[in-house]
Amino acid sequence: MKNKNKYEIIIHGRGGQGAKTTAEILVQAAILKGKFVQAFPNFGPERTGAPMCAFVRISNEPIRTREPVVDPDCVLVLDETITDVIDVTKNVTDTEALIINSTKEKQELAKKLKFEGNLIPIDASGMSQEIIGENRPNTVIIGRFAFASHIVELEDVIKVFRNKYENKIGKEKTDKNIKAIEKAFRHH
Amino acid sequence: MNTKNKKIALTGGYAVGEAMRQINPDVVAMYPITPQTPIIEYFAKQKANGKVKTEVVTVESEHSAMSACIGSSASGARTLTASSSQGIMYMFEVLPVASSMRLPILMAVSNRAISGPINIHGDHSDAMAMRDTGWIQIFAENTQEAYDNTIIGMKLAEKALLPLATNMDGFFVSHSVENLELLEDEEVKGFIGEYSPKQSLFDFDNPKTFGPVALQNSYFEFRKQIQDAMLKTSKMFEEVAEEFEKISKRKYGFVEEYRTEDAGKVIVAMGSVCGTIKETVDRLRDEGKNVGLLKIRLFRPFPYKQVAKALKGVQDIIVMDRNLAFGTKQVLASEIEHATGKKVQSVVYGLGGRDVFEKQIEELFLEEKSPEYLM
Repeated sequence: MKNKNKYEIIIHGRGGQGAKTTAEILVQAAILKGKFVQAFPNFGPERTGAPMCAFVRISNEPIRTREPVVDPDCVLVLDETITDVIDVTKNVTDTEALIINSTKEKQELAKKLKFEGNLIPIDASGMSQEIIGENRPNTVIIGRFAFASHIVELEDVIKVFRNKYENKIGKEKTDKNIKAIEKAFRHH
Repeated sequence: MNTKNKKIALTGGYAVGEAMRQINPDVVAMYPITPQTPIIEYFAKQKANGKVKTEVVTVESEHSAMSACIGSSASGARTLTASSSQGIMYMFEVLPVASSMRLPILMAVSNRAISGPINIHGDHSDAMAMRDTGWIQIFAENTQEAYDNTIIGMKLAEKALLPLATNMDGFFVSHSVENLELLEDEEVKGFIGEYSPKQSLFDFDNPKTFGPVALQNSYFEFRKQIQDAMLKTSKMFEEVAEEFEKISKRKYGFVEEYRTEDAGKVIVAMGSVCGTIKETVDRLRDEGKNVGLLKIRLFRPFPYKQVAKALKGVQDIIVMDRNLAFGTKQVLASEIEHATGKKVQSVVYGLGGRDVFEKQIEELFLEEKSPEYLM
């Protein structure tokens, strides 16, 4: 029996695409609403370009388990080519969501993945390239997730992103990333 | 900003680094190369940003890191370091020198596998290797405990005049972001107090020798004194934990008994796996199974009395070791058999960072016989 108070996410990507950062932004946004959280990557060697994933738990109660997420409520895929090597739909039921960075149409992708649940393709690479000028699929995916799930609030995600990055990448680039998050939130 | 008991989310590594910033030690000696931990990365940043007055000594090896700690602590400075895995293996030669010289050095350890084969992921091999070196050892289940143990550990080490290692599972705790409550800087400062060493090389009015030769006529006595000091540490741990509870409202015992009161079957374990076990215990309890967990927090000195009391009425005991002792019974399993006088089922699990799933814990509880290796 699943703990209904616990929302679990798996984020698939390749090393360097920001799966771990995505996980951190989501949990930092969730704690602003007083949630209990846990975020950790699958601990392998960190190699740029190699498939990796990160796990997120958000709950109204303290989180104690350390097992990797096995039965996610939502899966985020930052790189469509991951689906050729990893079964990203594992344990995702018909009522659960899979948000994927892809230019493909929903039907085509659903057939390819043999997935009958809530499939949400979004051209995250294209949108980030257009708005930020860089391929940063994770910001777009975060925005789309905030809209689709209601697990984190858009304003909290933006606040966390600004706090975390403004000093590092400057105001202009931070604003652009936030624009990408907002646009993805409204893109549906 | 009201920061009283502020709730934030940090990795275990950063949480320990934050505790170190609040302790603001005189000296931190570090070897900042793999297998180092995020603790040192975080602390070095605090130093660079002028948040601590600490003298940071970057050295050329872990052996030198511990040697620098020994020199620094002998001169009367409050001294810390952090290490793990091969780092601890490399500093091994000087670990018992620290305890023999009765130096209250605190080392934050992210427990990881040791070579070979090469692996830097989470298990208890490093901590178990140093278990007989005269260091006090405390284990944490999560980031909150890792943070708290750092502060408790500093005070306890200085009270006991023994070096102390705080242990948290490498990666599973050190690299996982979790909620925790931090104390105020002033609270930490007040709790650990000013450090005034009873003995120091810099006490020029009372010159002393540290680390002399001790031959057949006195070596034995010196070693016995470490043992005496270690055994006295239990009482001190209790006192320090009580004081800590006053400022934090968090109560820490030698062990944590989780739903053991009427349990027929109990798993005994240390570290982060205890969270996974608690989750499983709750689920099985809902199904009417009388199972529980005994978590060991203080590992050295080992709390035999408290363990015996906690497991008194328990029929089936399973002991999980995240370390493989070759050619002998497993470390924790032996301790528990010794403490209880009962035969236990011994299970080795999670070596080299291998994940442990609730389903496996459930099987341990439900099957009559446990596998020797949870592979």
